[in-house]
Amino acid sequence: MSRPEVHIIDTRVANVASLIAAFARLGARATLTTEPRTVGGAGAVVLPGVGSFGAGMSALRGAGLVEVIRERLDAARPTLAVCLGLQLLCAASDESPGVEGISHLPAKVTRYPGSVRVPQLGWNFIEPGRSCSLLTRGHAYFANSYRLTAPPPGWSVAVAGYAGPFVAALERGPVLACQFHPELSGRFGIDLLDRWLARAEQEASVAC
Amino acid sequence: MLTVRIIPCLDVKDGRVVKGVRFSNLRDAGDPAQQAGAYEAQGADELVVLDVSATTEARATRLDTVRAVRGAISIPLTVGGGVRSIADAEALLTAGADKVAVNSAAVETPDLLNTLADRFGSQCTILALDAARRTDGPGWEVVVRSGSTRTGLDAVDWASDAARRGAGEVLLTSWDRDGTRSGYDLDLLNAVSRGVPVPVIASGGADSAQHMLDALRAGADAVLAASIFHDADTTVASLKSFLRDHSIEVRP
Repeated sequence: MSRPEVHIIDTRVANVASLIAAFARLGARATLTTEPRTVGGAGAVVLPGVGSFGAGMSALRGAGLVEVIRERLDAARPTLAVCLGLQLLCAASDESPGVEGISHLPAKVTRYPGSVRVPQLGWNFIEPGRSCSLLTRGHAYFANSYRLTAPPPGWSVAVAGYAGPFVAALERGPVLACQFHPELSGRFGIDLLDRWLARAEQEASVAC
Repeated sequence: MLTVRIIPCLDVKDGRVVKGVRFSNLRDAGDPAQQAGAYEAQGADELVVLDVSATTEARATRLDTVRAVRGAISIPLTVGGGVRSIADAEALLTAGADKVAVNSAAVETPDLLNTLADRFGSQCTILALDAARRTDGPGWEVVVRSGSTRTGLDAVDWASDAARRGAGEVLLTSWDRDGTRSGYDLDLLNAVSRGVPVPVIASGGADSAQHMLDALRAGADAVLAASIFHDADTTVASLKSFLRDHSIEVRP
């Protein structure tokens, strides 16, 4: 079975070699893009992210992608947001006060308290809610200083614990947002990417 | 709950894994990508590739190595050794590193840490700190240039300063213990892990699962080792099994 081409949004600050390698392992070609038409219409789009909330939003805004991504998410087109990518879907973050996010999720991202080591670096156990269909139980690799603590309504949520429960991932149809890095989460992460790609293929065949 | 990490380290010279004590008497120990894949299969939580050649001529080889290792694994990869500039870091990240470790260059130009963290994020900016016990009093001082230069700089102060500047993790190597297989320097680990708010990786001296357990109890968030894995009877899986038996949470 041929896999859809995956378009990774180039935010300039993200290190995407691991994502590209993970998709290659699954037989999917992944290319970088900042083209609004591609980001809006492609069958499978990834919003990656390392770097800061402010820098990420500024890159998206500069490329004219904020509205396009919002529309894509409203239309429930197959989209994967990774790490900072999940946070960018929110309205705001403690990391960059005054910067407005994509605001697809009406939520604010906050910093972990000083009672734990920050950043959280390592493998944490994630527990998906019963309504999740892509996410499964297992250990996933996290590298984050900020997190979402309140699950937004209307999403299936997986939680993990670090200074209390936080949102490890969200899914709704073919839209998947992971606070962890599936591309760095070994077999667990590769299998998740595989299921997301399969879901994206399904959407494409329905659309035809 | 966050699990502790076991991190095999590949010392790489001119594109080949080498083993030896303190980077002298080096012997060839195989292909980096092939070994990296084997470590992931054993359950390694992360890998560090340390380029011990670190000459200008070796730089192109180093990027090829990083690309090959990245293609072989789907766990996090930290690369260090001779990283002197933002351009060095960027090239390594583009080649497939997820984190970059800076050592001597950060001591010489501490602002390098601020710039790296601003540009790539703290989670990407690792301080590699080599420390040795002071000969003239209590405490530890930072050593650079592969241990050849003692700086006089207090190791705990430097770790704390580096974290304030944006380093998201400290890879702490005891230069007194490195290659000796006599166990990590637990006092050093304890002092540094209490002195910084970021995770600390213990390095230098591990020869047994017990050494790793001791380091984790002394405050380390992760344990790194190289030579321990050169014996075929010690695997990441066997270490994890020992730690699990001692109530340490590890990833299965």
